[in-house]
Amino acid sequence: MKQAAPTTIDQAEVDRFSAMAAEWWDPQGKFRPLHKFNPVRLTYIRNHVAAHFDRDPKSDKPLSGLRILDIGCGGGLLCEPMARMGADVLGADASRTNVEVAAIHAEQSGVSVTYEAVTSEELAARGERFDVVLNMEVVEHVADVDLFLGSCAEMVKPGGLMFVATINRTLKARALAIIGAEYILRWLPRGTHQYEKLVRPEEIEAPLAASGMNVIDRTGVFYNPLQDQWSMSRDMDVNYMMLMERPQKA
Amino acid sequence: MTTENLDVLVCGAGYVGLSAAVAIKLAAPSLAIAVIDAAPPEVWRKDQRAAAIAAGAKRMLTTLDVWQTIEPEAQPINEMIVTDSRTSDPVRPVFLTFGGEIEDGEPFAHMVPNVSIVKALRDKASAIGMPIYQSAAASALDLAEHAARVETADGRRFSAKLVVAADGVRSMLRDMAGIRTQHWGYDQSGIVTTVAHERPHNGRAEEHFLPSGPFAILPLTGNRSSLVWTERTRDAERLVKEDDFVFEAELERRFGHHLGALSLEGGRRAFPLGLTLAREFVRPRLALAGDAAHGIHPVAGQGLNLGFKDVAALAETVVEANRLGLDIGSMAVLERYQIWRRFDTVRMGVTSDVLTRMFSNDIAPLRLIRDFGLGLVDRMPAMKRYFIDQAAGIPDESGPRLLRGEAI
Repeated sequence: MKQAAPTTIDQAEVDRFSAMAAEWWDPQGKFRPLHKFNPVRLTYIRNHVAAHFDRDPKSDKPLSGLRILDIGCGGGLLCEPMARMGADVLGADASRTNVEVAAIHAEQSGVSVTYEAVTSEELAARGERFDVVLNMEVVEHVADVDLFLGSCAEMVKPGGLMFVATINRTLKARALAIIGAEYILRWLPRGTHQYEKLVRPEEIEAPLAASGMNVIDRTGVFYNPLQDQWSMSRDMDVNYMMLMERPQKA
Repeated sequence: MTTENLDVLVCGAGYVGLSAAVAIKLAAPSLAIAVIDAAPPEVWRKDQRAAAIAAGAKRMLTTLDVWQTIEPEAQPINEMIVTDSRTSDPVRPVFLTFGGEIEDGEPFAHMVPNVSIVKALRDKASAIGMPIYQSAAASALDLAEHAARVETADGRRFSAKLVVAADGVRSMLRDMAGIRTQHWGYDQSGIVTTVAHERPHNGRAEEHFLPSGPFAILPLTGNRSSLVWTERTRDAERLVKEDDFVFEAELERRFGHHLGALSLEGGRRAFPLGLTLAREFVRPRLALAGDAAHGIHPVAGQGLNLGFKDVAALAETVVEANRLGLDIGSMAVLERYQIWRRFDTVRMGVTSDVLTRMFSNDIAPLRLIRDFGLGLVDRMPAMKRYFIDQAAGIPDESGPRLLRGEAI
């Protein structure tokens, strides 16, 4: 890997996820929380994309004709549903192992997704453009948040959308998402999230505003341990999602 | 041999399997769905039983556009009475009466012959182009990671993202998947038969708790009623084999004379009562529904309605997951169905179990307690309302949409 140009890749993080790659698709395995969370974030994405591009969310292929980038795609947990909903999907991840696991799974599932081991800077430099960029559960794992978000924003077409989901850097998040999830409930391997790397909403909005993006929605996501269910909430102190739009040029 | 590739393969063409297939197909027309059934063609027409369709299930059938076909054969239950007595008591004290409406003009249940339900669902399946293969018993099941494979005894092969086992209380698929069951037997059997009577029943259902078990008179269209008559298994088997004269005499002793002279219609059969619960309702790529998940004996008439509740929950889970592009046969999706249904099923099973044990005996103190209890309930409108709402089976906001009469 060349290190000359500034990069957003944190090699230790890439290695950590590569080691768990085989488990991406086990709903009872290390990524169980992500499987439980998936319907909630998919609903959020689908409903907003459908409303924005004037589609019927209950139709068969509500995302058909849309080009979507899933940056930090991991094992492809978002890419496959997006492709099934009709989108033309590129799944990108800095970990070659992840991308390989994802590609094999998609082929076996009979879903058409393009996967590439590539960084957002490289994609942006190539001039790639997308209707929707998904940036889900990634910013807390990159080395340079501003540079990363800037390169993602660059790839959003005018009139296109970008989704960001992550964990807030608050004491509540430290208690619930790190100590609770990794040390007490043991849902996630220890070290999955580091407090210092968590990102506050304003730290996402600032670089994106500078890239010409407007925030059009934000929501908290709340986990109820008694019901073992995730749901939307106004409380953005722990998990949250944001939706940004690049305005159409006049 | 060619393999037919499907999204959903439903095993069992009873009302549970058929309504599951129809409900999913109507809401998600792009999914490829087929139904296989072990019985030879036309055998389904021989079912002489009738069932009480609760208001929630009726709302679902209306939404699926099949109730309209069933309605001419459906008898609304306008009123229900419960008595507790010895067979020889000349007058059976009525402990509990229920008015039959949950809302204006919506009875809490209808009595419908099973054949009418199945026929309406088969007609609907055929209208939407859904194949139903008869004489196609599942002979092999392989729940592989990306698709389930099913082979049938008549040489068909299917590959499906999701297999729905609606193949009854002795489900072959459940056994092939290695899902174990818990069974409680009661050494009781329900004799099921139909009688014609001289005078109209006026839509009144009667449940008499006799010492040998409940004796239910359920109104059918015309001057006819469907009976569920519970006896110890040995006695039940003896009774169904007796000649008509003896059977009719025994029947009249229990039925009473309030509806005039009785005559038997069609045959009679005894079904052993028991409670069979599957330990799991789902496996990767497999979901159990109806009696395959929970065979509950008919004391409270909830077997069919539990089956329809499964269908409503499973169809909604599958359709919503499909609309999100999720893999409809994955555990991440099927877990939701299991959580949704298990609690309700276990509660219903326990209720039926307690009812059976409490009411099928002639022990004086127990009888006093239960009569006191029934009499108490009769004087408490809120309590009655609760029972009627439970029997009507219309869920609140957290329940499946089809049971509230809304499309998925």
